[in-house]
Amino acid sequence: MELNILWFWIIAAMFIGYFVLDGFDFGVGMSLPFLGRDDTDRRVLINTIGPVWDLNETWVIVAGASLFAAFPEWYATMFSGFYLALLLILLALIVRGVSFEYRHQRPESEWKKWFDAMIVVGSAVPALLWGVAFANVVQGVPLDAGHNFSGSFFDLLNPYALLGGLTTLLLFFTHGIVFVSLKTEGDIRERARKLAVQSGFVTILVAASFLLWTVLAFGSLFTAVFAALAAVALIGSFLFNLRGSEGWAFTLMAATIGLAVLTLFSSLFPDVMPASNDAANSLTIANASSTPYTLQVMSWTALIAAPVIFLYQGWTYWVLRKRVSRSTIEAAAH
Amino acid sequence: MNEWLDPLLLSRWQFGLTTVYHFLFVPLTIGLSLTVAIFQSAWVRTDKAKYLQLTHFFGKIFLINFAMGVVTGIVQEFQFGMNWSTYSRFVGDVFGAPLAFEGIVAFFLEATFIGLWIFGWDKLPRGLHLATIWLTTVGSIASAYFILAANAFMQNPIAFRINEARGRAELTDIGELLTNPIALASFPHTIFACFMVSSGLIISVAAWHLYRKQHADTMRPALKFGMWMMVISGALTTFFGDSLSLAMTAAQPMKMAAAEAMYQTATGAHASFSLFTLGTPDGVSELFSVRIPYLLSFLSTHTLDGTVEGINNLQSQYVQLYGPGDYTPTIWITYWAFRWMIGLGIAHILVAVVGLWLTRGGRTPAAAWVWKVAIWSFPFSLASMSVGWIFTEMGRQPWLVFGLLKTESGVSPNVSGLEILISLVAFTLIYGVLAVVEFRLILRAVRQGPEDAPVPDSLTGEAPQRVTVY
Ligand code: HDD
Ligand code: HEM
Ligand code: HEM
Repeated sequence: MELNILWFWIIAAMFIGYFVLDGFDFGVGMSLPFLGRDDTDRRVLINTIGPVWDLNETWVIVAGASLFAAFPEWYATMFSGFYLALLLILLALIVRGVSFEYRHQRPESEWKKWFDAMIVVGSAVPALLWGVAFANVVQGVPLDAGHNFSGSFFDLLNPYALLGGLTTLLLFFTHGIVFVSLKTEGDIRERARKLAVQSGFVTILVAASFLLWTVLAFGSLFTAVFAALAAVALIGSFLFNLRGSEGWAFTLMAATIGLAVLTLFSSLFPDVMPASNDAANSLTIANASSTPYTLQVMSWTALIAAPVIFLYQGWTYWVLRKRVSRSTIEAAAH
Repeated sequence: MNEWLDPLLLSRWQFGLTTVYHFLFVPLTIGLSLTVAIFQSAWVRTDKAKYLQLTHFFGKIFLINFAMGVVTGIVQEFQFGMNWSTYSRFVGDVFGAPLAFEGIVAFFLEATFIGLWIFGWDKLPRGLHLATIWLTTVGSIASAYFILAANAFMQNPIAFRINEARGRAELTDIGELLTNPIALASFPHTIFACFMVSSGLIISVAAWHLYRKQHADTMRPALKFGMWMMVISGALTTFFGDSLSLAMTAAQPMKMAAAEAMYQTATGAHASFSLFTLGTPDGVSELFSVRIPYLLSFLSTHTLDGTVEGINNLQSQYVQLYGPGDYTPTIWITYWAFRWMIGLGIAHILVAVVGLWLTRGGRTPAAAWVWKVAIWSFPFSLASMSVGWIFTEMGRQPWLVFGLLKTESGVSPNVSGLEILISLVAFTLIYGVLAVVEFRLILRAVRQGPEDAPVPDSLTGEAPQRVTVY
């Protein structure tokens, strides 16, 4: 296999890491109005992700920088083409990040109300727009001969892309709720499980139609296989959730997100950014990638770093494995 | 088209503003994480409560600041592609690798272990918990190295070849790229400057409490620590500033000439360093100036009889080399930025030197103005840092990558002025609001002072465990 093909899949893996991990952060953030009845509840929710949201968000930084290094043309075309969408994502990530860290700095409920609202918006906007962006990449956008995006912001808001956005929004929402049921104790855990059943049902309907559209319009055989597996995993997660097996429900939810990313990447292959106006202008793995030398350097780095990173990030989750409950919060207040 | 909607101009403003802003927080993050690690180590070794109090106190300020560094950093990462897509296509093969290393090696480390440090007080044994703050420090310093190596390529492009067919620069040697002489000099210069910024904060905060005669048990050692750290890191910043001058003059002689507003080539005593100048802003005619003979020659060549090339000479050389055009950066900016960087930094070091003298052997100065100077000196190093970067980046103009790509050619061709205006306004507003919020939170944390020492349990004799929740 050529290195640039390998790196196409490594980039996919990095986005899987990002969406699986920051995905539940988005979901927990969006769940505040649904599960947080009072301040203590909301603190329980925020504390399930408090120690890890930054580490999870770093996955997008690493994915973005690796995209820059391995596929400079892809990075340049996508980031300049989706300018306003990415601006919105950036603004959302800014307010979300400071809100997690600043919410607890002052006791006034007025202060907390502001930051709670910003956490909800700052989680929902990226959850929606990442789906819109990736659906547009799969569908293809108008590119000129210099590979520059030649459409407008509103071209990006087409039915397929909006359905993609709705899919990621719902997937991350349900993923986050299942995460809450996995990481909390008591009443809130029960309520999370019930909400996950409801939202899981809607998610199945929306995600299934998006996956089907992807397979029919842009798919290959592999796409169909990944999409089918994603659907099975999603339904499995729903069923485990009904039975109250949170661990399995969460694992299968993570698998669903991973398989959905694979569905998108496999339908792209061997393009990275198809041009909707003229196939000759498409960016492909071959014409968008860095030199074999740079990819070699990157491969060695990834090969050496990956096991270490998996080890210490896994260990971190293990150290933080204890469930959060209202009594955790109340005890710390004394 | 309306000149206010010029994408190039707006992109430059946006990049400059957001980067300078990002770099207000980064030095404190780098410096304070080391400081907190040192205090916590002192506590683990000596078990003295005051070190634990200092760890928590400066730890709190560190965390308020950290959040801002993180959220403004993501903007930096995305902006290359959003606003400088032609640049990204041109250099991605070379420049992308250090950026990716920064994420893979440094940011992951930092982001993971800071979470464990914050929440790990009751979950990890003491020694392991101490390790988490040290790993955070290592991560933040490593991130500085990689980003500076990337920046050094723009100042002094090496380890590449041009692929005419693809119209891009391609990496030839990663080792060479990462050991760019500019990176080797700017890394220690920047890191020690970061330590100056954090020690400046410690000095001011400690002086504020001591002036009010409170918390002397913790704030006096903190003041001493801050002043020593300032003097040591200040000396090292100056030392490596000198190495950096040498490397910079070799790579970009125009920048040194612009730093001095020196139009004519000069040798030996005539290559004097001007401390201060009154004249027309473009430096063409000089009314009054104070100059130190030989110093410029020494800074640029490490010899007293060296020759320093002047702007006029370099300009005509560059026209021959690169074709017609203006190759001179904006002189008044480079001239004054260079002076303010050195002047404010040295002023801050002097504050610490004088402070050490006045507090020697347990003395406490009584004069109120002494304390006020110490309290208000905090912005010196921080400002020094910002203008240092403004000098570096503006002195590189009109180049984006020196000698290879002009700034005007690097901008995204398909992003409209209006879109960039929207983002510029949005960033300015949100950064402005956050600056106020963060500043107030830090002031509040400073005012509250260190918490009381934990009271050991009367039965077991053990100190209560700290539990962090948000
Ligand atoms: C507290 C901050 C501080 C202080 C006291 C100094 N500097 Fe500095 N300087 C910086 C903070 C800084 C910086 C962190 O802002 C820069 C920007 C780029 C870099 O690598 O460091 C910088 C850049 C910079 C450059 C430009 C490098 C380039 O463009 O490639 C030179 C030549 C110097 N410095 C030289 C000095 C000298 C001779 C100093 C003292 C006598 C000095 N600096 C004090
Ligand atoms: C953190 C310290 C830094 C500061 C304060 C800083 C500051 C600036 C400023 C003021 C400008 C605007 C210059 C102009 O108007 O043209 C600028 C431009 C730029 N800098 Fe930096 N810079 C920093 C570090 C870096 C690093 C590390 C990189 C690369 C990795 C970088 C890349 C750029 C680019 C791409 C531009 C845009 C082109 C330009 O306008 O020159 N900067 N920076
Ligand atoms: C224009 C160039 C720059 C880019 C693209 C950039 C990128 C980033 C990013 C993406 C983050 C967030 C990391 C996280 O989530 O943990 C960040 C934070 C950080 N950056 Fe920058 N940065 C730039 C300039 C610099 C420079 C010049 C330095 C150091 C000399 C630096 C040092 C740091 C550090 C230490 C952090 C983490 C600590 C903190 O968040 O305060 N950055 N930067």
